[in-house]
Amino acid sequence: MPIITKEQQEYKNFAKSKRPKPPLLKNMIMAFIVGGIICTIGQFVLSFFISRGLTPGQAGGPTSIVMIFIGAFLTGIGVYDKIGKYAGAGSVVPITGFANSIVSPAMEFKREGFVFGVASKMFIVAGPVLVYGITSATLIGLIYYLLKLL
Amino acid sequence: MDFVMAFVVGGLICLIGQILMDTTKLFPAHILVLFVTLGAVLSGLGLYQPLVDIGKAGATIPITGFGHNLVTGVIQDVDQYGLLGVFTGALRSAAGGITAAIVFGFLMALLFNPKSK
Repeated sequence: MPIITKEQQEYKNFAKSKRPKPPLLKNMIMAFIVGGIICTIGQFVLSFFISRGLTPGQAGGPTSIVMIFIGAFLTGIGVYDKIGKYAGAGSVVPITGFANSIVSPAMEFKREGFVFGVASKMFIVAGPVLVYGITSATLIGLIYYLLKLL
Repeated sequence: MDFVMAFVVGGLICLIGQILMDTTKLFPAHILVLFVTLGAVLSGLGLYQPLVDIGKAGATIPITGFGHNLVTGVIQDVDQYGLLGVFTGALRSAAGGITAAIVFGFLMALLFNPKSK
């Protein structure tokens, strides 16, 4: 912990009291509705693949691919970020938000080149997600493997 | 009925994310990392599959479902290939999604430019 003087602490409290409070209830409702709508669209896609003869387990893969495409495309044409302004976590948490987190910085940093700009910056959020997701899944797999040996 | 449940379960998962964003200093990137890890852990404990059974796409489309997908793959591959499966399962299972994210992400970034406003 850094040492904070009395003045700094006072200023921190002052700044905190002046910080605008997020409209909690409105944000929650918007996140619920938009997140729910995106998942309902996902359910349509999932049901479509199941109706074409895939098992629910098999249909999950192509559904993710379609939803990622939708998220990436809507980010490209500038629509997804407009939704995000109102939806908050409702547009962040679904897999379309994962696609958004890739396309958005990749477009933004295009002027820095195709290697250090686009290709590198596209992982600014997706990278950590993959690192923590894959590492935790692999550790869980290892624990599962060891428990099976017993 | 599936659509109603997908809406409710998916909406609730996003609502939890919104509460975390508004009441803590977590950024969207933190939420994504936290949720993917949480999904993996819940899946490992056998608690996420029941949520998928109830909410269908409402549980698989949020990023927690991505964590669940990774763990499902690992478990399957461990059952089939033993120790090697620990290293192959996660990415095998998520191959389609990760490839789509990289390729579509890259192509969209090439095709489009950020809107200035």
